[in-house]
Amino acid sequence: MDYGFLIPAFQSIIIASTPLVFAAMGELISERAGVLNLGVEGMMIMGAVVGFAVVIAGGGGVLGFAAAAVAGALMAGLFGLLTLVLYANAVATGLALTLFGLGLSALLGSQFVGLSADAFPKLHIPVLSDIPVLGPVLFQHDPMIYVSLLTAVGLAWFFRSSRAGLIVRAVGDDHDAAHAIGYNVVAIRFAAACAGGALAGIGGAYLSIVQTPLFVENMTAGRGWIALALVVFASWKVGRVLLGAYLFGGITIIQLHVQGFGISIPSQILSMLPYIATVVVLTVISAKGIQARSGAPRALGQTFKVTH
Amino acid sequence: MQLKKWMAAAAAGALLSTGAMADKLKVGFVYVGPVSDGGWTYEHDVGRKAVEAEYGDKVETTYVESVSEGPDAERVITQLAQQNDMVFTTSFGYMNPTVKVAKRFPNVKFEHATGFKRADNVAVYSSRFYEGRHVIGLIAGEMTKSNTIGYIASFPIPEVIRGINAAYLAAKSVNPDVKMKIVWVNTWFDPGKEADAAKALIDQGADILMQHTDSGAPMQIAEQQGIYAFGQASNMANFGPNAQLTGIIDDWAPYYVQQVGKAMDGSWSSTDTWGGFDTGMVALAPFGDAVSAELKAKAIAARDNIANGNLHPFTGPINKQDGSVWLKAGETADDGTLLGMDFYVEGIEGSVPK
Repeated sequence: MDYGFLIPAFQSIIIASTPLVFAAMGELISERAGVLNLGVEGMMIMGAVVGFAVVIAGGGGVLGFAAAAVAGALMAGLFGLLTLVLYANAVATGLALTLFGLGLSALLGSQFVGLSADAFPKLHIPVLSDIPVLGPVLFQHDPMIYVSLLTAVGLAWFFRSSRAGLIVRAVGDDHDAAHAIGYNVVAIRFAAACAGGALAGIGGAYLSIVQTPLFVENMTAGRGWIALALVVFASWKVGRVLLGAYLFGGITIIQLHVQGFGISIPSQILSMLPYIATVVVLTVISAKGIQARSGAPRALGQTFKVTH
Repeated sequence: MQLKKWMAAAAAGALLSTGAMADKLKVGFVYVGPVSDGGWTYEHDVGRKAVEAEYGDKVETTYVESVSEGPDAERVITQLAQQNDMVFTTSFGYMNPTVKVAKRFPNVKFEHATGFKRADNVAVYSSRFYEGRHVIGLIAGEMTKSNTIGYIASFPIPEVIRGINAAYLAAKSVNPDVKMKIVWVNTWFDPGKEADAAKALIDQGADILMQHTDSGAPMQIAEQQGIYAFGQASNMANFGPNAQLTGIIDDWAPYYVQQVGKAMDGSWSSTDTWGGFDTGMVALAPFGDAVSAELKAKAIAARDNIANGNLHPFTGPINKQDGSVWLKAGETADDGTLLGMDFYVEGIEGSVPK
C-alpha cells in the first residue's frame, strides 16, 4: 500500500479541526467568565458571511477575518446586552441568537449564490517547510492555523498565570465575591462574551474563506454545537479542548479515508464515530473523581444582579 | 431555520387573506435546502420562477425552504395544502408525509419529486439523472490518468446507487482498468464535509471527482488541486472554471410549466413522469476546455443516442457485484428495477451501506 496519502490526510485533519478550535476557544473564554452562550452557531455563521463578503469585495483575507471577528463580537455583544444588562434568560437568548444568526446570514448571503473566492494563500516558511514529512505536516499551512494554536497557548497561559485571567475566573466562579472586592462583574463578563464571539466569528470565517471559499446558507452545519459540547466534555481546560477538536476532526477525516479504501463498515456508523469517540475520550480523561465537577465555572449561567 | 419557516408561514397566511381571488391557481413548493444552495433546490426554484413567468398573474406561488425530511415536513406540507391548490414536494424524503397529507386534502393536487408512491391526487416525477451519469462516466473513463474516479455520495437510496452504477459502467466501457472510490458523507449539504471527502479521495489517487451532494465545495477543491470534476444539479463552472468538465443539470422548468398548465385547464391527473435527455429535464452543462473536441463529440453522440432511445445506459450483459447475472446480453433494465436499485454492479468495490 502506498502511504503517500498520509501527509495530505494529516493536513486535511488540521484544516477540518481549526474552525472548531477557534469556536471552542471562544466559548471557553465566555464560559470561564460565567457566561453560557449557546449562540455559537449563530455567531460562527455571521462570521462566515461577513468574512466572505469582505473577501469578495476585494478586502483580502486578513480584513475578512477582522470583519468576521467584529461580526461575531457584535452578536455576542447583543447577547451580553440582553442577558447581562436586561437579565434575559441565557439559555433562551443563546438559542435565539443561533436562529437569528442563521436567518440573518441567509438574508445577507443570498447575493453570494454561486460565487467562489480565491484560495487563501498558504504560508511557506523557508527551510522548515522543505523538511521531508515534517515540513508538509507542520510548516505548510495557512497562517490562521498558527493563529489558532497561538490563541490556545495564549489562553492556557492567560487563565493559569495572568492576573487578568484569574480575575475572569473569579467572576465565573463566584460573582458575588468578585463584586464584593470591587470588580465590575458585568463589564468583565461582557468583555469575555465579546472576545468569545470574535473567536467564533473567526472560526466561521475559516470555513468560508479558507476551507471552502464560498458562502452558502447554513454552511456551518452544526459545528457551533460541536464546539459547545467540546468545552463541556473537556471540562473547561484549554489543552483538552484542543485535543477534543483535533480528535473530532481527525476521526472525521479518517472515516472518509476508510470508505475510500472500500473497507466495509456502514457509513452511518462511521459518521457517528467522531461524536462518540470525542465524547468517550474526553469524558474518560475528565472523570477523575470530583475533579470532573470542579471543572465547571461555579457561577456558569447564573444571573448576576447588583444588590447594593 | 425554525424562525424562517414561521416567517414563510406568516407570509403565506398574509397572502391568503389578501389575495383570495378565485381565478388564481395557488401553487406551493417545499424545498429541502435553501434556494441559495446553487444546486438541487436552486434548480427547483428556477422551475418555480418559470411557472410564474409563463402564467403571470394567473398563478401565485409560495415556497418554504430548508424543510428537513422529518416530522417538520408533514407540518409544512399540511400548511401549504391548506393554502394552495397544488403542492410540489421536492425531495425523496417527503414521500410519506406527502401521501399522508394528500389523503386529508383530496381536492389539492400533489406532485412529489423522485418518489414512487402515488395516489389519485399525488403524481410523481423525476429525472433520469443516470442518463447524465452515463455521459460523465464516459468522459471520466477516457480522461482519468490514475484510472481512479472519486465519487462523493450522499445517502444510500436507489437514486444515488443508480448514478454510481451508471457512471461506473460507462467509464469501464471505455477504460477496463478504471476503479471507482466511493465515499458516503451522509448529508446532502455540508460544504466543509464535502470538501473533506473530496480531499480524501484525491489523496487516495482519484484524479476526477463526481459528486451527488449539493454544494460547489468539491468543485473548488478540484480546482485548487488541479484535477477535474463534474458539476451536480446546476452549472458549477464558477467554482471550478478549469476543473469542470461538464455537469448534469436538472431542468425542472418544462415539467413544472406543463403540470401547472394542466391543473389550470382541468386536464391534470395523477401521472408518473420519468424524463431524461428526451424531455429536456436532464441537460449537460457547457463542456470545459480540457475536454477534447473528439471526446466532446463522443459525449454529445451518447447524449443524443440516449435521447432518441438508441442507447440505454443499463444494457446487458451486466452482473451484480456478487457475480450473479442481472441483465443478459442485449437486455435492458426495466424501470421498476432501476427505481428500487439497492445493489452495486460487478467491479465496484465496497458495499452499499444498509
